[in-house]
Amino acid sequence: MLCQECGVRPATLHFTKIVNGEKTEFHICESCAREKGEMIPGTAGGFSIHSLLSGLLDLEGAGKGKATAATNVQGLHCEKCGMTYSQFSKLGRFGCSSCYKYFDNALDPLFRRVHGSTAHVGKLPKRAGAQIVFKRRIDELKQEMQQSIAEEEFETAAELRDQIRKLEKDMAQ
Amino acid sequence: MSSLRFTEQALSDWMRSGGSHSEIVISSRMRIARNLEHLPFPLLASGEQAEEALNQLAPVFASNPAPDLGTFELVKLDELDELDKKVLVEKHLISPNLANDSRGGAVILNADESVSIMINEEDHLRIQCLFPGLQVKEAWERASAIDDIFEASVNYAFDDRRGYLTSCPTNVGTGLRASVMVHLPALVMTQQINRILTAVNQVGLTVRGIYGEGSEAVGNIFQISNQITLGQTEGEIIENLHGVVTQIIEHERHARERLLADSPLRITDRIQRSYGILSFAAIMELKESAQRLSDLRLGVDLGILENPSISVLNELNVKTQPGFLQKMFGDEMTSTERDMYRAKLLRETLGSQH
Repeated sequence: MLCQECGVRPATLHFTKIVNGEKTEFHICESCAREKGEMIPGTAGGFSIHSLLSGLLDLEGAGKGKATAATNVQGLHCEKCGMTYSQFSKLGRFGCSSCYKYFDNALDPLFRRVHGSTAHVGKLPKRAGAQIVFKRRIDELKQEMQQSIAEEEFETAAELRDQIRKLEKDMAQ
Repeated sequence: MSSLRFTEQALSDWMRSGGSHSEIVISSRMRIARNLEHLPFPLLASGEQAEEALNQLAPVFASNPAPDLGTFELVKLDELDELDKKVLVEKHLISPNLANDSRGGAVILNADESVSIMINEEDHLRIQCLFPGLQVKEAWERASAIDDIFEASVNYAFDDRRGYLTSCPTNVGTGLRASVMVHLPALVMTQQINRILTAVNQVGLTVRGIYGEGSEAVGNIFQISNQITLGQTEGEIIENLHGVVTQIIEHERHARERLLADSPLRITDRIQRSYGILSFAAIMELKESAQRLSDLRLGVDLGILENPSISVLNELNVKTQPGFLQKMFGDEMTSTERDMYRAKLLRETLGSQH
């Protein structure tokens, strides 16, 4: 059987997910599993989403001992509160707001799994948010500028650069 | 003691008006999770740090910044006895987590109990707004306004990319859990409920029992809420929930009409039988009373029963809970005694309505 995700490598991990009595099965290879942030049984410190979200994923009974070297995320720890990534994966809770920064590398797959998305698009705090609006706009302009440079439209790029400088100045005030 | 005010009555004042679709939707609830910058989340906070979070947050509402919502009162959890905590949980004014596991936990409640602000729960701040019937948008607007009041005086843990940072990764982003409590007896009776609940799950919503995560749906009452908090705006989350609940209401209404049209005698028998049992039984377990009260609620909506009013039924749903029974009939009781007192309460309440 081939991996459902990549369709290239053979599927070595077989999961059965039961949500509210509805059963779905999926068969994937190790490398896709890691990318998706699935726990690979048998690897120490692998992320266990089932301890986090009861009922979302039932990984019991999946083929054990088939996985090889674990990823580097287990070595992460938060320098602010001291929580390690493996503690986080057991507790399913962050220790402080800085954990988000120190565990950042590991969070995209997790958030994609839980929320289907990795970035916030909702409400912004009024005071802190004003700065963020500026920052977002500057990031957008910077991307456009890079694009213009790549397309050798240097005049547009120069205009964008001036806009960015102006915004950065406004933001500083 | 001041806190007793909130545990004396079974029914919060906000529940007394029906709201839209009140024949099916019991209440709408918004919960926003926020944390303070620079302090570890309650999970890792020391006693002092929990105290500091409380000292930063509690004064914000001491000056009564939202006069249209009435006066607010702070209740510290460690000043309450176990029974009062239990009653507050049964009234949905605090979470079981705040009642049992919090350190330095507190709740700020307004007079009609429609706003409950929990401090040092899983997150430093949890703003909860309750509205009767289907009023998700109204509930969100109120919760958001309270959020703004806090944000004007404290610094939130907020990240440019991830949004509002929460202790649990399932709340990050908007920190919003929007939920609607619905009574779906006809969908249960006609066995359509599982199909519908499965469909609900596929659109990013989740279904729980009335006392939140892990609780069982009793008395055909279900709580439908959003699962996703990251990558959708609050408006989208609320719109989605509102849209799905509106469809569920439609299905339930159809199922009720069908029941009445196809088997009027059987449905009448079921409802009147429940009324009879509740009015005369000497022992009544919680599960049975919830089921039979559900039958009565259906009976009132279908016009089979004139009494009791929906408001009395809402009240009984809370009064028949273990904590409230103890509160009314005296402390320590065995489960058999509880079933006896529950039956007595139901007899006295419903018996007088004949």
